[in-house]
Amino acid sequence: MSAIGENRLHTDPGIDSHPLPASAGAGAGAGGSGAAVGSTPLQRQAATTIFQKGAPGRRAFQCPELDVPEVDPEQLLPAHLRRQSPALLPEVSEPEIVRHYVGLSKRNFDLDSGFYPLGSCTMKHNPRLHERAAALPGHSRLHPLQDAERSQGALELMWNLQSALAEISGLPHVSLQPSAGSHGELAGVLLTRAYHEDRGQTRHKVLTPDTAHGTNPATVTMAGLEVVKVATGPHGGVDIDDLRAKADEDVACLMLTNPNTLGLFDPSIAEIAEIVHGVGATLYYDGANLNAVMGLSRPGDMGFDIVHFNLHKSFTQPHGGGGPGSGPIAVSDRIAPFLPVPVLTRSHDGSFALEEDPEGPGSKSIGRLRGFQGNYGCFVRSYAYICSLGADGLRDASETAVLNANYLLARLREQPIAEHLPLAYGELCMHEFVLSGGPMKRALGIKTLDLAKRLLDFGFHPPTVYFPLLVEEALMVEPTETETKETLDSFAQAIAAILAEAAEDPSLAAEAPYSTPVRRLDEVGAAKNPVIRETLG
Amino acid sequence: MLAAIGVGSLQEIFDRQIPEGVRLRRELDLPAGRGEQDVYEHLRELAERNVSCEQEISFLGAGMYDHYVPAIIDMLTERSEFLTPYTPYQPEISQGGLQVMFEYQTAISELTGLPVSNASTYEGPSAVAAAGYLAKLHNQRTKFVLSAGLHPHSIQTLRTYAHGYGMQVVEVPLRDGVTDPDAWAAAIDADTSAAIFAQPNFYGAVEDAAALSAAAKAAGTASGAAHAPVVICQVDPIALGVLAPPGSCGVDVAVGEGQSLGNRLDFGGPSFGMFAAREEYLRRMPGRIAGQTNDVDGRRGFVLTLQTREQHIRREKATSNICTAQALNALAGVVYLTWLGRRGLVELGELLLARTHYARECLASIDGVHKLHEQPVVREFAVRIDADVHAVRRRCLEQGVNPGVDLHALSGRPEDRGGLLVAITERRSRADIDRLAELLSAAVAAERRVAVPA
Repeated sequence: MSAIGENRLHTDPGIDSHPLPASAGAGAGAGGSGAAVGSTPLQRQAATTIFQKGAPGRRAFQCPELDVPEVDPEQLLPAHLRRQSPALLPEVSEPEIVRHYVGLSKRNFDLDSGFYPLGSCTMKHNPRLHERAAALPGHSRLHPLQDAERSQGALELMWNLQSALAEISGLPHVSLQPSAGSHGELAGVLLTRAYHEDRGQTRHKVLTPDTAHGTNPATVTMAGLEVVKVATGPHGGVDIDDLRAKADEDVACLMLTNPNTLGLFDPSIAEIAEIVHGVGATLYYDGANLNAVMGLSRPGDMGFDIVHFNLHKSFTQPHGGGGPGSGPIAVSDRIAPFLPVPVLTRSHDGSFALEEDPEGPGSKSIGRLRGFQGNYGCFVRSYAYICSLGADGLRDASETAVLNANYLLARLREQPIAEHLPLAYGELCMHEFVLSGGPMKRALGIKTLDLAKRLLDFGFHPPTVYFPLLVEEALMVEPTETETKETLDSFAQAIAAILAEAAEDPSLAAEAPYSTPVRRLDEVGAAKNPVIRETLG
Repeated sequence: MLAAIGVGSLQEIFDRQIPEGVRLRRELDLPAGRGEQDVYEHLRELAERNVSCEQEISFLGAGMYDHYVPAIIDMLTERSEFLTPYTPYQPEISQGGLQVMFEYQTAISELTGLPVSNASTYEGPSAVAAAGYLAKLHNQRTKFVLSAGLHPHSIQTLRTYAHGYGMQVVEVPLRDGVTDPDAWAAAIDADTSAAIFAQPNFYGAVEDAAALSAAAKAAGTASGAAHAPVVICQVDPIALGVLAPPGSCGVDVAVGEGQSLGNRLDFGGPSFGMFAAREEYLRRMPGRIAGQTNDVDGRRGFVLTLQTREQHIRREKATSNICTAQALNALAGVVYLTWLGRRGLVELGELLLARTHYARECLASIDGVHKLHEQPVVREFAVRIDADVHAVRRRCLEQGVNPGVDLHALSGRPEDRGGLLVAITERRSRADIDRLAELLSAAVAAERRVAVPA
């Protein structure tokens, strides 16, 4: 069975009047997963929050006994500082909590259940070894202010991770502190600013390509600098003439993703670095797409001064439904004096310490970016990944990611798909590629959004849609090294099937999805009259 | 696969795309890969070289605390459906995660007494900095006034961010353990964008939050400005069962470190940052927000909302570059608050109050140990020791008790020399506290003997 592949999102007995993919309906049960989002009446039940459940006096927590002498409450905390009425938290038993949240979990699609080709997000497998290792009490119950000599194992792990990231990026100095990619970007722009200030220069402008992730320009503004856009050339790379025209002595930095968000490795990278360095600016590498080049090409060797990594992308920290992440940075020698504190050091006897003030009073550090020393729990997982794969494994992961992307691209460039969803730029791609839904919209009357929603009925998470902005009706696909050829084939078949049915009846896609816990939601209404908490009482 | 692509080899795909000059012509200099069992043993061995709260009686705190995390949190956060999805960009197949965000926002709003909460930010100190940026966007003024009672990491983080967008930062000293009310009022003027304090403060003292808020608003408008500065409070959520919530104290924006709500210590992260505010700041909030709506069939559902604030839509005009909600950590937070429940949060707060009071009295009765201040304390307190803190701590550590944080080592402030910050959780029983008092007493006595010249 199953031209469509894994059947996950279907067959609510109550919705059999809706047009499900024929093979999907027939395959329900045969696929054997049984964990379909939207496949059971339970998943279709009206949403009820935990605040609408329970009864007065019901509870799960049993407070430890008061084992110290009772004291007059007024002496402990005077009335005017006290809370007058309790926070209206739920009153529920433990079994109710478990049923409620397990029930909610079944209304989520997730990477462990199926293909998740979200472009620029690198949805690769999350090995469970990492969860087990991170949960060891020596890691998970270690207090962040534990004395250095009593946390040598953790500090050594951080040191080893720093060393590996330095080697992977080709930049020798690493700080693990930033909490996410966006936080790493902020660190990078502040570092650039500090570097120029130290040389007595005030530079106002940061160049970003029009294909850049939205965090790049947003970060520039937060760091008090001004964004100047650089155009994309006809082949999808930076427009060199435009860059030359805009690169002047007032430019602090060029922020670049390479391969870029079109999935293309910029062939002019050496020339770009030369132009940027020629005006005294720094070159910043957004590491969101590092999964394409591990062990194949290094940002440091390309001429970049500062790199951020997304441990939650290339290095398997689970995405957790939107976080936590971790965004370490690596920098060249000239940027190193400005790195955030604390700085991890190793002394001559091989012991490790975190230095708050490594250079003393004359420190050039930009300062702290957050509390303590970063998202250590993520470091454990990513370090475990690097240990498991080793040098050849990391290169193999990137090679396979690129192979998978090119194979899926080839399948989608077959007719009749290609005439409706042409590749936006280039011929081959790196780890991801961008199709344009423009011709599909004109010929079949369905938008990229409709295609994405219809994919939900076929059991797939859709690609990233409407990004990058310069591609009409963009569809950005990143399969990662995790996926098998069979999965890629079934995805291509699903796309073909959706286009074929749209040619017959575009309303099928235009009104999709049908099989999910809820159908299309009124997002405009949600933003117009925001209801962002439960009404109580 | 290669045939379908139309290339002769895998190498050709790279040869045709990556320029010669930037290709790595060697293997990365990293150890060879290892099997699962080997990697596990390596990570276990590293873990064993750390002394965790499992192996000593720990009174460490100062921002993160060794609270009990109920087993259901491990079970729920390890479920694939919560652990492995991305940000809920496709709401039809992300209702579970979106509803969790909605419930989390409700819980944080209830806890803080403020009407709007986002779906969480990175962690505590950077949430303080993010709140400062919100104030700057709101009123375009040039100065932050901070209480010296904020956690040093919050102050340092705010300074890092503020330097970027060019804000002046003025620190107001403490008096008798709390923010000096006269200096506070004097520092705030028409240029003040935000007035920021911590509750309880870094030294464990409960501030009079209502008085500080009122004074900030009065001082801000007295100098002729039409609007008062934004009052921002960094609050410890676990104390809000007993402490007056920021919303009832006139605070505009409440932020805080969420770790104490059902998250592990993890040597400092990941955890989550709370971020709640009055209604008028809703459209300037950083990060993700879940909102309620209906689907085409009229079913109740949830979506990410107010996205016109955010970087992927507004780019350089966004209210923040943050695109993370610490969704998994916030899930732990809301499950923890649900597990404690309406009465449990209060009971836990009362227990911490009583044990913290008891511990402070026990320690202050030791010869050579003094209270740093007389203000009420809820879960942590500071003492001053008439001996070398480093040496005193060492003696206690040798006996299996970690007596707390060396204040000067953390803050670097000269006035914190001799200071010890002691944190209490429900895991530290009276017997543990008595043991601490016994060891500390002996250690202080011994060190004072050492210090006296023969």
